Amino acid sequence: MTVLNARTTASTRANTPATTDTGHQAGDALLTVENLRVSFGPAEVVKGISFTAHAGRCLAIVGESGSGKSVTARTLVGLTGPGSRVQADRITLDPGSPGEGDLTALGERAWRGVRGKEIGFVLQDALVSLDQLRRVGDEVGEPLRLHGWGDRSARTERVVELLESVGVPEPEMRARQRPYELSGGLRQRALIASAIALDPRLLIADEPTTALDVTVQAQVLDLLAASKARGTSIILISHDLSVVARLADDVAVMRHGEIVEYGPTRQVLRRPQHEYTQALLDAVPSEHTRGTRLVRGDAPAAPRKRRPVDRGRPLLDARNLTKVYRGPDGVDRTVVQDVSFELFGGETLGIVGESGSGKTTAAKIALALLAPEGGEVLLRGAAWSTLTQRQRRPLRSRVGVVYQDPLSSFDPRWSVGRILGDALSRGPKPPSSKAETRDRVFRLLEQVGLGAEHLDAGPLRLSGGQRQRVAIARALAPEPELIVCDEPVSALDVSVQAQVLDLLTDLQDDLGVSYLFISHDLGVIHHMSDRVLVMKDGKVVERGTADEIFTRPQHAYTQRLLTALPRLEQAS
Amino acid sequence: MTALSVPPTRAWTLDRVSGLRARPGTVVALAVVAFIVLAALVPGLLTSHSPNAIDLQHSLGKPSLAHPFGTDAAGRDLFTRVVYGTRQSLGIGLGATALAMFIAIVLGFSAGLAGGWVDVVITRVLEVAFAFPVLLLALLLISIRGPSMGTELIAVGIGSAPGYARMVRGQVLNVRESGYVEAAGALGHPRRTVIRRHLFPNAMRPLVAVMTLGVGQSIVWASGLAFLGLGVAPPSPEWGALLDSGRDYITTQWWLEILPGLLIVVVALAVTSLGRTLQHRLEGASR
Repeated sequence: MTVLNARTTASTRANTPATTDTGHQAGDALLTVENLRVSFGPAEVVKGISFTAHAGRCLAIVGESGSGKSVTARTLVGLTGPGSRVQADRITLDPGSPGEGDLTALGERAWRGVRGKEIGFVLQDALVSLDQLRRVGDEVGEPLRLHGWGDRSARTERVVELLESVGVPEPEMRARQRPYELSGGLRQRALIASAIALDPRLLIADEPTTALDVTVQAQVLDLLAASKARGTSIILISHDLSVVARLADDVAVMRHGEIVEYGPTRQVLRRPQHEYTQALLDAVPSEHTRGTRLVRGDAPAAPRKRRPVDRGRPLLDARNLTKVYRGPDGVDRTVVQDVSFELFGGETLGIVGESGSGKTTAAKIALALLAPEGGEVLLRGAAWSTLTQRQRRPLRSRVGVVYQDPLSSFDPRWSVGRILGDALSRGPKPPSSKAETRDRVFRLLEQVGLGAEHLDAGPLRLSGGQRQRVAIARALAPEPELIVCDEPVSALDVSVQAQVLDLLTDLQDDLGVSYLFISHDLGVIHHMSDRVLVMKDGKVVERGTADEIFTRPQHAYTQRLLTALPRLEQAS
Repeated sequence: MTALSVPPTRAWTLDRVSGLRARPGTVVALAVVAFIVLAALVPGLLTSHSPNAIDLQHSLGKPSLAHPFGTDAAGRDLFTRVVYGTRQSLGIGLGATALAMFIAIVLGFSAGLAGGWVDVVITRVLEVAFAFPVLLLALLLISIRGPSMGTELIAVGIGSAPGYARMVRGQVLNVRESGYVEAAGALGHPRRTVIRRHLFPNAMRPLVAVMTLGVGQSIVWASGLAFLGLGVAPPSPEWGALLDSGRDYITTQWWLEILPGLLIVVVALAVTSLGRTLQHRLEGASR
């Protein structure tokens, strides 16, 4: 049950003459929130926050998971869900519409009049948010239909216009397709089209680009910026400070349900006042953080103590790899085409690329979990990919792997102790007794910064960061020379990501292990890699040292990626 | 195998106890199941009569203190017959489910693991079997072997196997593609170790609950067959057979039909409810 006890506040329209082309007044306070509190049962997740959204401006609410930022967004459209308790001194939408005035007093029916019409809402995952069984056009036109806009043919026309305005190519054809037939970027654009269908004065976007590739992300951000320029007020919910820097005019940093810092974007990102904001900014990996630890504490970043890279015979030598998959339509698709690379002992080779670039397939071939159609992989100069399963099994301990989603890589019935004990038993010196296994598992846990209390825990009871630490411990257990890391930090919050990246670099400094490091995140790749491969459509389009790639990109695609990459310095 | 496996923790036991306390429905279901298990194992404990003691003086007697379910046409105590019939009914329920599960595991794992033409052939056969009416299959079997508890068990078992087999195959395919199976392969574990340690237990886990549901279903099916006179021969107190013999009196001596029928419903409900609880618990634990 939702309890709303707020006093109604009459809102006043400010006298600003600057009118934009939608008729909204630029700079006007559109939505005012004072002392908002949201709790679920005894747990208060939003603890009295206040902020204002202005017409033609973007307010970003940034924070990590559990900060309460998404709950705040959902509260603003009346979707906190059952069991929630919302209180506020004031939530007002500026007058000029049926939704004007005090939003806290609205019932479900009144909310339906406001949602879509006055406030548009863009959710994070477009594949889940769009009904798979309905045509894209019907989904986009839904707010028009619900609010009784025009007749059927007028709506169909308007939907095509909307899709075109958000940059969907062939909008008529796309409107007749179903969501699963569209790429992630197109789906997200369709969702935005739906949110802006009735030209709402306020657009709330909850992590609108999180699942998208960097070039698509840039397009979506441009789209939102255009909407802002037309006078729409945007509240952007994000964990990504670089995205915020690109779009937002004001930033509110949330932590544990409170706003710890609130101000103009430039000021918050350039001269943060709160130590948490500073820590968040420090944790963002980029060219500036190379060779240092990301988690700083009070001391200035200390340089890494690298072991020298052994430039003799390559540890891993991939030659002309080609992998072909047959699609459901019976057409063969080459997902990896003539890819070659060398990885030396103690080195980190980064592979960067967008989804569908073939980087994960290349990693699986390197791990010999997939057999290539063409080419071969040598390990320390000896056959690896061409061996039979039986011949390869004893050598498997030399190559470890860390996945993006550690949870699914653990048997749900196994405890941390059993997972690590099992991995130890595959090493060159398997423990000979229970006591030795236990000792070595403890040592592994210690190495990855986990306490002995996690020994008996199931992976479900661990946090995301702890799970990835266990996954790293499992990869380390058989004492490998090489660890293949496939998007190891993509699912983590930025501060946890910083800890895990620090752990990986520390382990490299201590043990001299090599990494084949796969990521879509250019900042992470730049921070971690000695050398970088850029992949696109199954091919390597550019290769070089990290500095060469990031400061003097030669290939047009690499240049496009780097242009599309949002950066902290863009804060305006 | 390493030695670090964790013994069942106290938390799990406490959780189980508190879960029961929170759901009275589960407690009732457990009590019903405990009662029928007791009836199946030591029927003499629950009634002092003999199931086959004919007493024509008191035939078709109404329910009373001495005969809570009344007496049938031969004057036999109906409650006693129901209690003594439990062993057969429950036996058929468990036996048929076990048989179905065995067939399902063999076919489902072969199809899911082998893939290719083996998978295609098994899947097609299962689809045909799935469409084949169980009743027809039972008639066929009975016409070959004659009606008996064994025939009934086999008919119900074979009849429900295709559904389970499809589920097993789906689970195997699912788990086979899982991250932890790939991770075990990347650690260099041989395929059979991966199947034994990861694939089999994880593929079977959701089926434990489905199996419990199946026991209740099988009891109902078996009763249905017996009701049609295709099951256990008449003097036996199997539940379906009781229904069959009570049918002629439904307008005059209703209890002969209603009370055993009600019992079948209650037992099937109790077993199904337990199965559901188990399902929720297992799914809850895996998410």
